Amino acid sequence: MSAPAMGTTKTAHSDVAPKKKRGPGALATAYLVIYNVVMTAGWLVIAVGLVRAYLARGSYHGLYYSIEKPLKFFQTGALLEVSGIVPSSVVLTGFQVLSRVFLTWAVTHSVREVQNEDSVLLFVSAWTITEIIRYSFYTFSLLNHLPYLVKWARYTFFLVLYPMGVTGELLTVYAALPYVQKTGLYSVTLPNKYNFSFDYHTFLILTMVSYIPLFPQLYFHMMRQRKKVLCHVEEYKTE
Amino acid sequence: MSRTTFFEVEVLDGRTRQQLCFLDKVEPHATIGEIKSLFHKSYQQLYPARQDLKLDPKGKSLRDDDVLQNLPVGTTATIYFKDLGPQVGWTMVFLAEYLGPLFIYLLFYFRAPYIYSHQDVFTSSPYSVVTLACACHTCHYIKRLIEAIFVHRFSHGTMPLRTIVRNCVYYWAFSAWLAFYINHPLYTPPSYGDMQVNYALAIFVLCELGNFSIHVALNNLKAEGGPKCRRFPHPTKNPFTWLFFFVSCPNYTYEVGAWASFSVMTQCLPVALFTFLAFIQMTIWAKGKHKTYSREFKDYPQLRMPIIPLLL
Repeated sequence: MSAPAMGTTKTAHSDVAPKKKRGPGALATAYLVIYNVVMTAGWLVIAVGLVRAYLARGSYHGLYYSIEKPLKFFQTGALLEVSGIVPSSVVLTGFQVLSRVFLTWAVTHSVREVQNEDSVLLFVSAWTITEIIRYSFYTFSLLNHLPYLVKWARYTFFLVLYPMGVTGELLTVYAALPYVQKTGLYSVTLPNKYNFSFDYHTFLILTMVSYIPLFPQLYFHMMRQRKKVLCHVEEYKTE
Repeated sequence: MSRTTFFEVEVLDGRTRQQLCFLDKVEPHATIGEIKSLFHKSYQQLYPARQDLKLDPKGKSLRDDDVLQNLPVGTTATIYFKDLGPQVGWTMVFLAEYLGPLFIYLLFYFRAPYIYSHQDVFTSSPYSVVTLACACHTCHYIKRLIEAIFVHRFSHGTMPLRTIVRNCVYYWAFSAWLAFYINHPLYTPPSYGDMQVNYALAIFVLCELGNFSIHVALNNLKAEGGPKCRRFPHPTKNPFTWLFFFVSCPNYTYEVGAWASFSVMTQCLPVALFTFLAFIQMTIWAKGKHKTYSREFKDYPQLRMPIIPLLL
């Protein structure tokens, strides 16, 4: 005969799907649309550049040089995404962008000898296709006109492209190791005035090792996202 | 003829809403702490410090001293439970966090085997600043240990295990890293020689004394008032506490000062980096504390900044 406790109201007010969340204002949306369109275009330029260079030369070798500048420009431009306005996790995006920028500048650009490696082409192709799909996905999402094909591509292509990109990246870093060790690139030895030392060679090895715990986490995160996004839509469609 | 209405308490899992425990004949003046002890009887692993009890799964946690009949519940109370994971008492936490750096630094100072090259094992540095640095570092952590055991009073009893592991890794690894360079056979003493070392040492000592004074002052504040009486700290007769005129958290100010002077004294970049990171973390804490004080006390001094006088 006791009165029900007040803490048991079961209204599920905060379980609504995140799609109902308030998006950015009009000005921010315009900025984001322009940003994403520009980035899509940029990566298309890189893709076209790669294809044309391949057709002109007749081989996969040394294609890096034909797209070096736009690659640096647009990959570095992605740093703007870490500001947090874009609707994806700041930590994950930030981490991915930083690692890409690191690979572009601190490895490929800095160690000239690896620029001819085929592994460079491997990760550049993976990045190019991924980014074209990703930025078009954002563009369409912002305009509230997302074709299912784009959504499907975004959450499916990564299954192949992620491992492809990671393989290319790791092989490139591995290829850079002997040159870094020989020249002591970006390294500081003792003794010095500030009592500090840094061995870039060891740092690169540690970076490679860090892929072991980190890559699976990112990959499985994307797989979970895939399940959530694609299966949810299918349920909706069959109802 | 006393007529006590006993309460019934059902404890549900906050996530699954499954009933974990049903307590009947609970005294109306029972505290949440006592309920946690009763719950513990059913679940041996889940000692009270590990239990997080709430009236609403998304709401605020109940305090151990909340009394059942004063809560907005009927005579059958529904409480939601969350497992906070293994907990460690604060004293243990500090012992682990501070004993580590203390001993690790000494390993490097005495050049234990396998750190530097074979011929340098158990040798000592020709520079007096290296011995001085060891003394400063060691005294810093001994002071912290003394404070942890005798001075500090903690509002929460425990800390989650995961946090401690993370903190320990951070403190231990960083102290190993900076000890490595200071005690290295190829260590270069400061550019401005003894003058630099002595000035830095003086500031270091002053900051350590300052930090200690503030901890004592904060502790006395809690002692006088008790947990319910809320007052904010004021400058006292001790000159070191006069920093309270300018900042909300002078203990953090002094701490940064101590580490900055240690960096200058050793002229070691890793120490400077550690100081910088500590500064960022303490600024975040100071800003939080400052905000809490400002919100809670209408007469909070306008001149005070969180951590750096007049600036930050």
